[in-house]
Amino acid sequence: MDLPDDRRYTAEHEWIDAGDPATVGITAHAADQLGDVVFVALPEVGRTLTTGEAFGEIESTKSVSDLYAPAAGEVVAVNTALEADPGAVNADPYGTGWLVRIRVTEPGPTMDAAGYRALLG
Amino acid sequence: MTAPPRRTALAEAHLALGAALCPFAGWEMPLRYGSDLAEHRAVRTAAGLFDVGHMGQSEISGPDAARALERLVVSRVASLAPGRARYTMLCDADGGVVDDLIVTRRDAETFWLVANAANAAAVSDRLARATAGLDAEHRPLASRALLALQGPRTVDVLLALDPVGAAPVADLRPFGVVAASLAGTPVLASRTGYTGEDGVELACADADAPALWDALLAAGGPLGLLPCGLAARDSLRLEAGLPLHGHELGPDLGPFETGFGRIVQLEDRDELVARDALARRREDGPSRRVVGLVAEGRRGPRRGAALRTPTGAPAGEVTSGAPSPTLGVPIALAAVPASVATAGTALVADVRGAAVPVRIVDLPFVRRG
Repeated sequence: MDLPDDRRYTAEHEWIDAGDPATVGITAHAADQLGDVVFVALPEVGRTLTTGEAFGEIESTKSVSDLYAPAAGEVVAVNTALEADPGAVNADPYGTGWLVRIRVTEPGPTMDAAGYRALLG
Repeated sequence: MTAPPRRTALAEAHLALGAALCPFAGWEMPLRYGSDLAEHRAVRTAAGLFDVGHMGQSEISGPDAARALERLVVSRVASLAPGRARYTMLCDADGGVVDDLIVTRRDAETFWLVANAANAAAVSDRLARATAGLDAEHRPLASRALLALQGPRTVDVLLALDPVGAAPVADLRPFGVVAASLAGTPVLASRTGYTGEDGVELACADADAPALWDALLAAGGPLGLLPCGLAARDSLRLEAGLPLHGHELGPDLGPFETGFGRIVQLEDRDELVARDALARRREDGPSRRVVGLVAEGRRGPRRGAALRTPTGAPAGEVTSGAPSPTLGVPIALAAVPASVATAGTALVADVRGAAVPVRIVDLPFVRRG
């Protein structure tokens, strides 16, 4: 399983990098589980999130899942390119398939790549 | 339930193709092989191959086979000609649908049944009771695989595989059934399916299934054939407006609610266990109907979403819903009060807390061709 070492992971199968603002996406494992993503509902820029808050939805033909904030902070950007190309979440979950950028005020509970790999079993 | 999942004769083929597997009615089945959208589109534009070996195949035979079957299914089958199949429903005495199934007459005294995997045991149970006292026997067909080849290029794929052996299959009319030999494999082929497209379903011995599967994929690959999983099967049947038992069919939703009243034949049906209940349901008319919905915007209602009229009156609920890969909009089937079940009616769906406008449309959502 493709799992970059340069970012942190959550038990909700999201990743968050160390940037300021921090970029957030879902893992390749999560994307595989969903199947082809056909729609991503993202928050408004400027919205303040608390850790664990549902901030959006990701939808495939099979299912719809909530997206949970991996940290507290303000949404400063959302990936508007996903509107036209939601499949980028499947094709490039750690790159062009990113979801939101958050100016973090308080980090949430995360794990490193090895910890996340262990979680997947 | 801790029993290990059942696997079809094609389990190894699925692993070799890298399928994502999922539990389904006690079976482990392919959910998708790669992209479920690509698989869906292959069936709409070219062809797709599904393993549906989990479905409950059985045979009822004997001089009283038709009589036993007609104690349970809402359609006449005694009048069915050999080599013809019929879509029907099997009902309990209260008129509730135990399962919908395809009944094929093989010869004067033999019928082939294909039931839903989840209901195979219930169907067997009802048939065991229906044959009591009659000269008929019902037995599950174990060790028998079922492949569904679906899509506008179905016949091209079959002819590419075996132009001589496939000829009688290519000549089948819808709901026609014929025994044939494809690339040396004996099959029972029927012009049926669950996608809204042309297609055939091919039953063969488990032992022959992997070779037939591989040969079809090899012959059909250049024509655009893809192996397809249950994800595509569900999105295809939804676009075709076809009911799924447990969603649009069950104890309270039956032939009259789903627009299949024409398959119910009650004349001279003294032995049909559901006769009185069905006659009453027909007489009363359904209080609810299953309709198609299209949602405004991108977020659509899923199964269980509550519906209301624009003035706030409860208006039933969604029974199946998904984004339509072909139309690019959210679509759904819903059970709504008969009083509002008219194409063009505007309703409001509760989509995970948000009020989303939806509109009733005629079914199917997607028409073949």
